[in-house]
Amino acid sequence: MIVSAKLASLKHIKPHEFAVRFLFGGLCTMIAGLIASHYGPRIGGLFLAFPAIFPASASLIEQHEIAHKRQAGYDGRMRGRVVAGIDATGAALACVGLMAFAAIVWRALPRHGAVAVISAATFAWLLLSIALWLLRKSRLLRHKTHPAFEN
Amino acid sequence: MEELIRFLIGGAVVSAFAVLSEMFRPKSFAGLFGAAPSIALATLGLTVARSGHGFAAIEAQSMIFGAVAFCLYASLCSQVLMRRKLSALATTVLLLPVWFGAAFGLLFLLSRHAA
Repeated sequence: MIVSAKLASLKHIKPHEFAVRFLFGGLCTMIAGLIASHYGPRIGGLFLAFPAIFPASASLIEQHEIAHKRQAGYDGRMRGRVVAGIDATGAALACVGLMAFAAIVWRALPRHGAVAVISAATFAWLLLSIALWLLRKSRLLRHKTHPAFEN
Repeated sequence: MEELIRFLIGGAVVSAFAVLSEMFRPKSFAGLFGAAPSIALATLGLTVARSGHGFAAIEAQSMIFGAVAFCLYASLCSQVLMRRKLSALATTVLLLPVWFGAAFGLLFLLSRHAA
């Protein structure tokens, strides 16, 4: 199995870590709306692709890895950074999907219903992101260029 | 009131993608959810309702530049985290000007070119 989903992994997340993400996400969405109202849609639109919770998420991933490795008696800081870096690589791939999302909304919204356009754009984001991830995974498996590819 | 609605919807959507990111393995796949269109999903519906389809479409056009900047920013974060001894929080915060520079640079460069 290439990809797996584990509900059990949610047990390790502390309530304040969810709260941090909710707070950052809410604030960024609110600020994006305020910027669009004050400076217009061209400036406001940029913030629809702002890395809202990226720093908080990367930091939490690093902290989880460090804690995990320390339980086994290791320092874990280097491993924490590498895992956060791997997560960032995934985000970079999904940004191509994010561009497709924006392009579909831009071109289709003036002519079609909002729900249909946003649904189609979200599906395109998901499909393109997974396709790019699979492509990268297959290339890494073929060349084995980085020891972290197993993650 | 509208700001509060945006805050609550935005927080909920971003948290939902964060939960998905925590659930999936391997980490490189989970990272895909770090660049989910969470703010756009939370805000576009409200924008359409308040300001119309045209306004939201212009926002989406600019969002392409924001996404290109995010791609550059996330790639740089990845490289720095794997090669330098800098913490994840320091790396991601110190590199945020890259997103601002690239996003506004592309917007002004390409908007002037199109005009």
